[in-house]
Amino acid sequence: MRKFLLIFVCIFLLKPGYSHSLVEIDITRGNLDPLPISISPFFTDKITNAKIKKELDLDNLGLEISKVIENNLKKTGLFNTIDKESFLQKPDIAHLKPRFEDWALIKSQVLITGKVTSKIINDKDYIRIEFKLWDILGAKMVDGFSLTTVPTNWRRVGHKISDKVYERLTGESGYFDTRIIYVAEEGPKTQRIKKLAIMDQDGFNTKYLTLGNELVLTPRFNPTNQMVTYLSYFRNMPRVYLLNIETGKQEVVGDFPGMTFAPRFSPDGKKIIMSLAKDGNSEIWVRNLETNIQEKLTDHPSIDTSPSYSPDGKYITFNSDRSGYQQIYIMRSDGSNVKRISFGKGIYGTPVWSPRGDLIAFTKLHKGKFFIGVMRTDGTGERLLTENFYQEAPSWSPNGRIIIFYRETKTDKKGEGFSAKLWSIDLTGYNERLVKTETDASDPSWSSLLGN
Amino acid sequence: MNLRKILNNVFLVVILGLIVTACATKKSVKTTTETSTTKAAETQKADPIEKLDALMQGDVYVGSDTVGELASGVPDRVFFATNETILTTASRETLRKQAAWLRQNSDVTVVIEGHADERGTREYNLALGERRANAAKDYLMTYGVSSDRIQVLSYGKERPVDSGSNPLSWSKNRRSVTIKAN
Repeated sequence: MRKFLLIFVCIFLLKPGYSHSLVEIDITRGNLDPLPISISPFFTDKITNAKIKKELDLDNLGLEISKVIENNLKKTGLFNTIDKESFLQKPDIAHLKPRFEDWALIKSQVLITGKVTSKIINDKDYIRIEFKLWDILGAKMVDGFSLTTVPTNWRRVGHKISDKVYERLTGESGYFDTRIIYVAEEGPKTQRIKKLAIMDQDGFNTKYLTLGNELVLTPRFNPTNQMVTYLSYFRNMPRVYLLNIETGKQEVVGDFPGMTFAPRFSPDGKKIIMSLAKDGNSEIWVRNLETNIQEKLTDHPSIDTSPSYSPDGKYITFNSDRSGYQQIYIMRSDGSNVKRISFGKGIYGTPVWSPRGDLIAFTKLHKGKFFIGVMRTDGTGERLLTENFYQEAPSWSPNGRIIIFYRETKTDKKGEGFSAKLWSIDLTGYNERLVKTETDASDPSWSSLLGN
Repeated sequence: MNLRKILNNVFLVVILGLIVTACATKKSVKTTTETSTTKAAETQKADPIEKLDALMQGDVYVGSDTVGELASGVPDRVFFATNETILTTASRETLRKQAAWLRQNSDVTVVIEGHADERGTREYNLALGERRANAAKDYLMTYGVSSDRIQVLSYGKERPVDSGSNPLSWSKNRRSVTIKAN
């Protein structure tokens, strides 16, 4: 095990730290050496397979679970998943005890094996999944667990195993058993139809939560549960709403005289901060969801919007044009001690505090280009991660390693060719990826780990 | 190791330089012919460019495309400069016409929709649209239209009228539109 850790320490050392500039990234990019890992198809006996075939219409559940894990780990950019075709040992034997020489021969340093069996508890079908993580060079098992669940939960089992492997090998908490809420978009640019949609972090199990009858924007997860706050134009009254994604129950929380928008939860999930626009002036307010008391936090004739709490709840970062242009500010959560922190060239928007607390992600517009970047909470150490024609709305993965955002394309001379898609990028500036969605998509927000 | 890296880089730069210069010399002959054709094209293009100038002052749209009517002879919308909420002379004239018509038709209530172009973050643009709509509302009020007849609704960048990704399209989208509500 120590060997893995060492390998990973090396990888992280090679990555540019916070103080490095964007320019250096291209030079070191090629130095990344992903860890070779083999994910054996999970062994599934014939009886189980026959049952699963009936229930889930899958020919080989064990293989499918291993593919979920493979897909998750591959997309981190930290692992090199070895082609299953080259595996020399059968899944059931490998799971009992791998022949380490065989796995070393195909240059694998880590091996994941598993087993799926069907079970009947109180006349209901369940599946029991066992997983083991093996160190090939050390020739021993280093981790593993087993769990029993309903068959339809099989993808989540794959995510939980991915989280365990990621945690064990990187020393950081995982982010695979999570969901992403976003705005699904359809139709021409001038008459976009927008719906709230939710999907697993890997793009599966998409569900639409609104019908598209009214414009909806900026959904955001409660960090402590499966509640969501968002902006809806229901009855042409743009207001902040609260939605329980389990029950589908909705309620207005920002019912002020005026437009409420840009909502976000406090870290304890008990408050929502948002903007209230009235008579040409937008201010930041906070509403306590338990007491229903609302309080105004900013008091300035400029636009104050896009507020986001620090993870300890003591500070708020927000966007204001009080200097003449959009810049990023921080203040105490009671609205005192307002301080500007962005001083680079260009204008800055959408500050979002990292779940680790040390960084603020933002959107920057400079010389006609949009950037997603991060800076320390005092405004120093600005690092731009990605540049494009249009992109904004960064949202952090729960472990603070990845930023998801959306990007829109430039239309052609006829005004055609518009699209909006979700993208993700590592905090290091590596590993930029399209996040596949069924429709066009924008305004992503990443949930916390789902728990049990 | 550092030294080797530097040497490697120097080597790369030299090679790249050679390639680039090689390409440049090859192309120089071609470009002369290209420029002569583009010149011809430019003279043809000159018209639309002049038109563009006539359609925008600074970066405020002053054309009539997309402009509807609140009532006969009363334009329904005014346009703004990037990131601005200041009313231009032309905008004030439009709004005075709207105010005069609204004073004559005292039973009419209106919604003023404020819009922004796509070159800004969504949330800021919602605030900006609200500010623009209110700039128009305030002006109507100073010309005698009472505030309870005017509702304000910001769409930010959500409802562009022109789907283009160019300065002219953006100028048409930076607008506030007065719409009859009853």
